[in-house]
Amino acid sequence: MTDRAASSRPLVRVADVGRDFDVSRPWLNRVLEGAPRLRLRAVDGVSFEIAQGETLALVGESGCGKSTVARLLVGLYPLSRGRVEFDGVDLALAPPAEAARHRRRMQMIFQDPYASLNPRWRVRDIVAEPLRVLGLAATRGEERERVAALLAQVGLAPEDAEKYPHEFSGGQRQRVSIARALSGNPEFLLCDEPTSALDVSVQAQILNLMMTLQARLRLTYLFISHNLAVVAHVADRVGVMYLGRLVELASAAALFAAPRHPYTRMLLDAIPDLEMSGRPRTPVAGEVPNPLAPPAGCAFHPRCPHADARCRAERPALRAAPGGSVACHAVEEGRL
Amino acid sequence: MRVRAALLRLWDHDLAHRFRSSPVAVVAALLTLACVGGAVFAPWVAPHHPFDLATLDLNDAFTPPAWTAKGSARFLLGTDDQGRDVLSTILYGARISLGVGLAAVLFSMALGVPLGLLAGYFGGRLDAVLMRLADVQLSFPAILIALLIDGVTRVVLPRELHDSIAVYVLVLAIGVSGWVQYARTVRGSTLVEKGKDYVLAARVIGRHPLAILLRHVLPNVMGPVLVIATIHVATAIVTEATLSFLGVGVPPTRPSLGTLVRIGNDFLLSGEWWIVVFPGVALVVLVLAVNLLGDWLRDALNPRLR
Amino acid sequence: MSAPLLEVRGLRVEFPTRRGTLVAVDDVSFELAPGEILGMVGESGAGKSMTGMAIIGLLEPPGRVARGEIRLEGRRIDGLPDAEMRKLRGRRIGAVFQDPLTSLNPLYTVGRQLEETILAHLPADRAEARRRSLALLAEVGIPAPESRLDHYPHQFSGGMRQRVVIALALAAEPRLVIADEPTTALDVSLQAQIISLLRRLARERGAAVLLITHDMGVIAETADRVAVMYAGRLAEIGPVREVLKSPRHPYTVGLMGSIPRLQAGGKHHAPLVQIEGAMPRLTAIPPGCAFHPRCPRRFARCDAERPEPMAAGGALAACWLYDGPRR
Repeated sequence: MTDRAASSRPLVRVADVGRDFDVSRPWLNRVLEGAPRLRLRAVDGVSFEIAQGETLALVGESGCGKSTVARLLVGLYPLSRGRVEFDGVDLALAPPAEAARHRRRMQMIFQDPYASLNPRWRVRDIVAEPLRVLGLAATRGEERERVAALLAQVGLAPEDAEKYPHEFSGGQRQRVSIARALSGNPEFLLCDEPTSALDVSVQAQILNLMMTLQARLRLTYLFISHNLAVVAHVADRVGVMYLGRLVELASAAALFAAPRHPYTRMLLDAIPDLEMSGRPRTPVAGEVPNPLAPPAGCAFHPRCPHADARCRAERPALRAAPGGSVACHAVEEGRL
Repeated sequence: MRVRAALLRLWDHDLAHRFRSSPVAVVAALLTLACVGGAVFAPWVAPHHPFDLATLDLNDAFTPPAWTAKGSARFLLGTDDQGRDVLSTILYGARISLGVGLAAVLFSMALGVPLGLLAGYFGGRLDAVLMRLADVQLSFPAILIALLIDGVTRVVLPRELHDSIAVYVLVLAIGVSGWVQYARTVRGSTLVEKGKDYVLAARVIGRHPLAILLRHVLPNVMGPVLVIATIHVATAIVTEATLSFLGVGVPPTRPSLGTLVRIGNDFLLSGEWWIVVFPGVALVVLVLAVNLLGDWLRDALNPRLR
Repeated sequence: MSAPLLEVRGLRVEFPTRRGTLVAVDDVSFELAPGEILGMVGESGAGKSMTGMAIIGLLEPPGRVARGEIRLEGRRIDGLPDAEMRKLRGRRIGAVFQDPLTSLNPLYTVGRQLEETILAHLPADRAEARRRSLALLAEVGIPAPESRLDHYPHQFSGGMRQRVVIALALAAEPRLVIADEPTTALDVSLQAQIISLLRRLARERGAAVLLITHDMGVIAETADRVAVMYAGRLAEIGPVREVLKSPRHPYTVGLMGSIPRLQAGGKHHAPLVQIEGAMPRLTAIPPGCAFHPRCPRRFARCDAERPEPMAAGGALAACWLYDGPRR
C-alpha cells in the first residue's frame, strides 16, 4: 500500500536543518592536554522544498555539506537542529512505526560503485534485500521474477543476478545500485554523486537511464553533485552550498543564465570552457576555509570581491530574488 | 554437473593457483595434513595401543629405536620407561595437542570475533570498555593467564572432578588468553567496513543493526581472522605443550606431546634420548608446518602484495 | 620546423598475466615539440597513464615496453638501465601525479625535498639550492614562501600541495613534464588555478607538457594538441580546436556528445549522446578496429583490418571512413 503524495503539498520539506559533528580529541587526551571540545558545523540552517516529480540538485565543492544534507534526509544521521518533513509528516516527531513507513518511500544511490555493493553477496541478493525486508515478494519465484524485471529495467541481463559485484564494471555496478534502490518501490531517490566515479561515456548512459526512470516511474530526485555541467542536464532547480550553508537556490534556467551569488558566479566561471569561446575568466581567489573555524558573518567574505563591513559581521539570510533566492548582502543592497 | 563446475572454478581460483605455485605452501600443507591425519586416525594407524595397560610389558621398557643395535622392528622409535611405543604415544599425543589447540582457537574466535564486531560497530562506551579490558589482558603474558585459570580451578574443584574435566579447563584457559587479537583485528576491520557505502545502503533499507553485522560486515572481516587462527593454532599447541611440560596441563593418563617431552626429559641425561627427542621433533614439525601454512595464507590474502 | 623534443614510435606496452598477455598500449606514435602542450585524453583503461609511465620509465613489473621507440631530444630512452633513467628523471623529465598526498614524502620538509632535487641534478651548492627553492615556491603561487619552505606536506592544503608538487617537478628544469591527472583530486575552483599555472610555467620555461587526463574541459583550456586514446590505441590526434570542434573519429564524436554542457540549462534538454556498450577489456580486444562493435558508422572493413591513423580534416584519425577519396 503506497501513499502517493497530494499534488499540492511538496513531497519533501526541509526547514532550517543543521548537523554538528563532535570532532574533539578523545576524552583522555582532552583532560591531559586541556584541549576544548571541537564541533564541526557540517550543515548550518539549510531550508528547501522539493515538489513531487521534481529534481532538486545540490551543488558545491568538497566539504560544503551537501552529502550530509542527503544523509540527514534519509535518516543516516540524526538532526542537530531543524525539521525534515516527508509528505507533510515530521519524521523526527512521528511514532517510530509511522516514521519507518515513510522512510521506506525514500532510497539512496551512492557515489562509489566499488564500495556500495557488498563484495560477498550475489547481485540477486543485493537487489532482493529491500524486497525481503519489506516483504514484497511472497515466494522465491516471485522474488526471482521481480529481480529479473528490475535488472531489465536498468539495462542488465537476468543472468547477471548470479554474479558477484567484482565481475562488473563501474557503470554496471551503478546500475545494480539503482536496481536495488528501486526494488522497494520508492517515490523519492537521493542520489549522492551517482556518476562522479564513472567515465564520461558511462556517465551519459547512467544519467539518461536515471532521467528515463524518473519519467516512467514518476520519481522525485535530490541530486547531489560537484559537477555543474551534469546538474545542468538533470535539474529543475539548483541549490548552491558553501561551508554548510545554502547561498543560492534557483531554477536551473535562471541559475545558469544569470547566477546571482558571487560564489555561484565563481563556480561557473571556474568550469573549463569546452566551447573554447575564449571568454575572459576572472581568476579564482583562495581556498575553502577550515570548516572548524568558519569566517564570521558571511562565510564567503574572505574570497568575495564585493565584501564590505556588513558582510564581515552579519550572516546573510536567504532572501527571494528574481528566479529564486540568494543569501548575499551585496545582492540585497543592489550592489551586484 | 554444477558441482563439477564449482570445483573447477575453485581449482582455477587465484588463491588455489598461488597455492600450487608455492613449494613452501604445498610442503607445509602436506606436512600438516600428514600430522592431522596421523593424529585423527591414531587408533587405526598407530602400531600399538600405548595406553591400554593390558598390552604393556615392562620388559619392553627402554628399547632404543629400530635402527640402533639393540632396537627392535616392533618399536620403530623405541619405547619409554613403561614399555610404551614412542611412535604410538606421539600419534596419540598429537591427538590431544591438536585437539586442545583447535578447540582453544575456536573458543578464542567465538569470544573475540563477536566482541570485536560489537566494539567496532557500536563504538562509544562499549568500545571503550572492551578495549580497555583487552589492553589490561594484553599486559599479562598468555601463559600466565592460562596458569591463573588452571590454578584457580585446581584449587576450587576436588581432584577427581578436576582431572576429568582438565582438558576442558585447558581449552578454556588457552582460549581466554587468546581472544584479544581476534577482537582487535575484527574491530579494526569493522571500523573500516562500517563507513562503506554498502553498509549505509543496508541501513537505509532499514535492516536491524545486528542483521547488518552478521550478514554484511562479518563475511567481509573474516579474512584476516582465518590467517590469525591458523597461526594461533600453532601458538595454542605450544602453549598447551608448555603447560603440560610444567605439569599443569593435561593429566598424565592422557599425555599430549608436551607431557611426553616432560616425561622424557627425566631420561635425557641417562642416555635414553629417544624418549624426549622424538616427541620434541614431532611437536616442532607440527608447529612449523602450521606456522608456514599460516604465513603463506597471510601473504596470499594480502591484496597489496599481489 | 624544430626537431621534436619527444618522439614516440610504435610504442607497445604489455602485461603478461596468467590469462594471457594484456596489451595496455598498442602501437602508439606521436611527437611533442618543445614548449608544446599535448593532451592525452581517454577513459579508464584506454592506456594514457601507461603511455606516460612508459616514457618516464616507471612501469610496474611485469609491465614492460614490448616494442617501439621513445626518443627524448633525439636520444633513445626506452630500455635504458635504471641508473641512467634515474638521471633523466628530474633533470630532463619532470612528473606531476594525481595525488599530492602521496607524491610528497611526509617525513621531509618541502624545502628539503626541493633542495635535494636541485642538488641532485644541477650544479649548485646548498645556499643556491635554497634560493632557487624559494623562487620556485613563489613562482607557483605559494604565499609567504620563506616560512613555508620549512613546513611539512601535511601543513599545506590540497591545492597548495599540488602547487608544491609542480614546483618539485620543475625544480631541476626539465624539458619535458608528464602530468598525470594533475587536477582530478582537486575541487573545480582549484582545478582552474592549477591548470592555468601549469600552462603559464610551461610557456615561460619552454618546457613541453604531456597532460594526461580524462577531463576534456581541462584539455580545452590547456592543450595545443590532443590525442584521444581508446583501448590502448590512438583514435585521433590533432590540434585541440580541430578535434574538439570537429571530431572525426566516431569515438571522439560520441565522447564529445556525451559530455554534459553548462549550456543545457536544465532538465528538459535533449538526452546526452550515449555510446552503447563499454570499452572492451584489454585482454579481449575485438579484431580490426577496436571500436567497431560500438560504432554507429561501421561497415564491412572495420572488423577485418585495423586502421592506422590517417589524414582526416585537420587531424589524424584511425578510421576507415577516412581512407581514400574524401567523404
